[in-house]
Amino acid sequence: MGRYVARRLLQMIPVFLGTVTIIFFMTRMLPGDPAAAMWGDKAADPAQLAAFKHARGLDLSKWQQYLHYMGDLFTGDFGLTMNNRKVIDVIGEALPVTIRLALLAFVFELVVGIGIGLFAGLRRGKAFDKSTLVLTLLLISIPVPVLGFVFQNVFAIQLGWVTPTVQSSTNLGQLILPAVVLGSISLAYVARLTRTSIAENLKADYMRTAVAKGLPRRKVIGTHLLRNSIIPVITFLGTDLGALMGGAIVTEGIFNVQGVGNSLYHAIGRSEGATVSGFVVVLVLVFLFASLLVDLLYAVLDPRIRYA
Amino acid sequence: MPDMIEKSAPAGEDAIPAQRGGAVAEAKAEKPRSLGLDAWHDLRKRPVFIISAVLIVVLVLFAIAPGLFTSVDPRAGDLSKHYLSKPNYLHLFQADWFGYDGQGRSIYARMIYGARASMVVGICVTAGVTIVGGLLGMAAGYYGGWVDTIISRFTDMAFGIPLLLGALVILNAFQVRTVWSVVFALVVLGWTQMTRVMRGSVITVKQSDYVTAAKALGAGTGRIMFKHILPNAIAPVIVVATIALGGYIAAEATLSFLGIGLQDPTISWGIDINSAQKVIRQAPFVLFFPAGMLSVTVLAFIMLGDAVRDALDPKLR
Amino acid sequence: MRGANQAKWVVAAVAVALAATACGSNGGSSSGSSNGGGAVNAQGTFSYQSTEPQNPLQPANAMEVGGGRIIKTLFKGLVDYDPSNGQLRNQVADKIETTDAQNYTVTLKSGWTFHDGTPVTAKSFVDAWNWSANVKNNQINSDWFSDIQGYTDVHPDEGDPKATTMSGLKVVDDTHFTIALDGPVSYFEYKLGYTAFSPLPEVFFTDPAKYGQSPVGNGPYKFVSWEHNKAVTVAAYDKYAGVDKPKNAGIVFKNYAQAEGAYKDLVSDNLDVLDQVDPSDLASYKSDLGDRAVDQAQGAIQSISFSLYADDWKPENLAKVRQGLSMAIDRDTITKTVLNGSRQPANSWVAPGAMGYKDDTCGEYCTFNPEKAKQLITEGGGVPGNKITVLYNADGGHKEWVDAVCNSIRQATGVECVGDAKPDFKTSRDLIKNKKVDGLMRTGWVQDYPLNANYLRDVFGTGAAANDAGYSSPAFDQLAAEADKATSVEKTAELYQQAEAQLAKDMPAIPLWYYKTTAGYSKNVQNVKYDSFGDPVFTQVEVKQK
Repeated sequence: MGRYVARRLLQMIPVFLGTVTIIFFMTRMLPGDPAAAMWGDKAADPAQLAAFKHARGLDLSKWQQYLHYMGDLFTGDFGLTMNNRKVIDVIGEALPVTIRLALLAFVFELVVGIGIGLFAGLRRGKAFDKSTLVLTLLLISIPVPVLGFVFQNVFAIQLGWVTPTVQSSTNLGQLILPAVVLGSISLAYVARLTRTSIAENLKADYMRTAVAKGLPRRKVIGTHLLRNSIIPVITFLGTDLGALMGGAIVTEGIFNVQGVGNSLYHAIGRSEGATVSGFVVVLVLVFLFASLLVDLLYAVLDPRIRYA
Repeated sequence: MPDMIEKSAPAGEDAIPAQRGGAVAEAKAEKPRSLGLDAWHDLRKRPVFIISAVLIVVLVLFAIAPGLFTSVDPRAGDLSKHYLSKPNYLHLFQADWFGYDGQGRSIYARMIYGARASMVVGICVTAGVTIVGGLLGMAAGYYGGWVDTIISRFTDMAFGIPLLLGALVILNAFQVRTVWSVVFALVVLGWTQMTRVMRGSVITVKQSDYVTAAKALGAGTGRIMFKHILPNAIAPVIVVATIALGGYIAAEATLSFLGIGLQDPTISWGIDINSAQKVIRQAPFVLFFPAGMLSVTVLAFIMLGDAVRDALDPKLR
Repeated sequence: MRGANQAKWVVAAVAVALAATACGSNGGSSSGSSNGGGAVNAQGTFSYQSTEPQNPLQPANAMEVGGGRIIKTLFKGLVDYDPSNGQLRNQVADKIETTDAQNYTVTLKSGWTFHDGTPVTAKSFVDAWNWSANVKNNQINSDWFSDIQGYTDVHPDEGDPKATTMSGLKVVDDTHFTIALDGPVSYFEYKLGYTAFSPLPEVFFTDPAKYGQSPVGNGPYKFVSWEHNKAVTVAAYDKYAGVDKPKNAGIVFKNYAQAEGAYKDLVSDNLDVLDQVDPSDLASYKSDLGDRAVDQAQGAIQSISFSLYADDWKPENLAKVRQGLSMAIDRDTITKTVLNGSRQPANSWVAPGAMGYKDDTCGEYCTFNPEKAKQLITEGGGVPGNKITVLYNADGGHKEWVDAVCNSIRQATGVECVGDAKPDFKTSRDLIKNKKVDGLMRTGWVQDYPLNANYLRDVFGTGAAANDAGYSSPAFDQLAAEADKATSVEKTAELYQQAEAQLAKDMPAIPLWYYKTTAGYSKNVQNVKYDSFGDPVFTQVEVKQK
């Protein structure tokens, strides 16, 4: 186990370098001239534009820019944004906000999703199961902005429980509404995955054995059924945690949360290579650890799975 | 947790691990009738399957021959009908059945004509993602070792690319954007999740007694993978794929909204759902119909997926 | 500056533009003191819908609205515009004298101080302008100083600057300096109202970058804090020497990612003053806000231009086809329905409110008439390929009206018309700038200063930076040249009106509609007025007693 983890940690190094390289060149392939875009609607003064590009090193070849970037990265320097701020500061502002929001959404889809899925799976074909299907369909077909709009109107404007947008990103109470909206689509996946898995394993022999042994129902479901059914759900949640950390452009926009999604969106929109790369560098680490965690959980949940 | 030992020891040499709950191997796959044929016989009797199949046939008809269902030009806009004409639910199959959208175009006609692009995107992307992700995931999960390392780490890398960035770069590379370039971009950006789901599922199934038994009986790798592992590992993949189908139809709309997806004169539900969001306060019915079609499509495929999975899964017989 | 609304850039352009205009079209607004009457809390502060400044807060470095409006509250130049009537008025300047529109003598008032207590002197202006114009200092607005003698020494087309000061600027004493221009510019004083011409304190030059994060100005408000991506806070400066002393204690420029969120915050009184109502709430904002809704004219215009350089549109005899296409657009219906009345149909190339605006210079060519449209297109030889595309940027909220315009053209004339969306402004801008558009393109103009010359020479003059159509008319150019040489602004405006008449004959761009300010404010504030550029008059806002 220890060796396995050590190997996985070592593997992160090439993955990390590869991703940074891919992202670096992708940001350079974005259409439009980021420097000229500083002038907005106005035609850029050519002399000023040239001077500006020179000052930012944008007049160098892509490879030179890449070498500079990687060199700086190893000294912990993530570079500067277009408006001369340190990228690391921008990440430092946005990431904690997104972590709070993502964890709330994650807990929501985990608890509610598995709960709904468990009951639907146990009562397969019954009314509760069918309403779960309807809920799934609703969540999939209602666009997130509409869901956000309805929530804002009902909970903020009609009931007045919260403010329509998030006024302070450190206030967890204000983050609940966006978290529910953010987690709703994944909730559909989690609920249906759990339901299917539960329904399938309900017929498995070990369940019959467990019931025959006279184990109490709670124990049968908790230790045997859930534990054996949860692996596909864990896999999905693992990928979803990464996606949530990557920020949600739409939800963050609706609720005016200044997190990773918004920052990345604007940075991509302005072709700000350094900012985009900086965020991705941090996010890739999150993805890698999430993926490792999922693999370790497999082994915990199902002792037949072993890693050397 | 006990210390981990090498997991991919050859079949037969490794002691069969004790299974929790004392499950016994089921050897249904050894039945004379093939699994596929078996499943088909089973399917034909299921009402869920029949309903979903009918729905899908109708949707496909919309996509192939929209002219059969309406004679109205879905692009013809008359601004005097801008939202003001509420749906007239008694005018079956006529232009004003479902009312008019913000440009004064018949919502009914657009719903019919939108099927083609949306169905193509939904089905093709789902199929592409499932095939690519499924095969990679199966290889990673089954072989383990360095195969798993390479596929999984590559998946991690691809996972790190922000969707928006990837879509912008890929779709901008196309001179002319068609439905197929959108399908291509969504498959390229979407296969990672399916790979992980399949891999996770295969890792669990691989440990089952019946797989060990099949190996012991000398079954070939291909046979084990496709006859024994796949039917038992496919359930989560079907669940994710059927839900994702709706997600891809919606994703197409997001791409169009960003100016890198389908464009006029192409019509799609996604594009209409997107533009209807802006008028949700004034005219919610404009959103209702394209979003409803999306729901019906997803419903049909979820039901189909459920039925197929039940038919394929020996345990549920 | 070409622009369109919603996209932040557009609004950006508005900020660039000088304050109010000499138009008096401020009417039609339901804002104002009529709904006042509450007791005023002079110590109260209010919040305003804003966006994160894209550049450090240096006066010559703000082009977009996020930074631009904040800069305007922090700095005050020689002159500005009276928001109530749009007249040029002196602020730091006591008087600006000239006899030939080329050499100016500026006299400053005494008593002006920067927020750090140091006095505002002639040197504060001259040093600031020299620094901002210098190409090495990378100020976005450095070319605003290009009229001044010696500009090319500090801002050469290529290479390093030869000097650090412009020869046209001379400090006489603490309260006097002179400006010499390369040639006469009859409306130079108009330009001086722009924030790029603000003075800078000594402390700026010690560390301009650090200063950009916590600026020290001389305006009605002093800088308090900048929480990145969240808010910029300013507070009233009690020693402010200008005529427009703040009636409130400060402003919080609250960053909003989307206008929808800002609107909902406004309706629930979590935000006090709105920049723009988002499109999805336009249809209902007047009933939501009642007499707190604002709807008034703005100094900007939206148009679609032809790529006159492309093979399809190069032939000279296509003017009739272009006029025909213009007549195929039902401006009245589109502005009423698709745009929810947030625009006013255009019948000229200059927005009302600018000096020299003349009604109906486009005449019948801007009036919807399908029969005449078809006839003109046929007479002109038909649209090349019987198909047109309209290039636009998808991030600016233009899709709806482009679709509607295309529908209108298709149905009126049978010419196939499709919108051609590009992902963002810079992508479409790249194509337009490099003259790679093959068909039609969305263009727009937000005035830099309220004079018709700005709408005409800078957009339609041969080789002008914003001449996206590639239009070149000797008749137009000659009238423009004459107009620029005039020594009075009135004469300049009149000659430009004659030049505008040429546009109706050639139709290089189809005018669509003028912009309007559609905004509103919360129950916490009163006396909220907007100038004709859509900026609220910050100093006049009164916070109600709770």
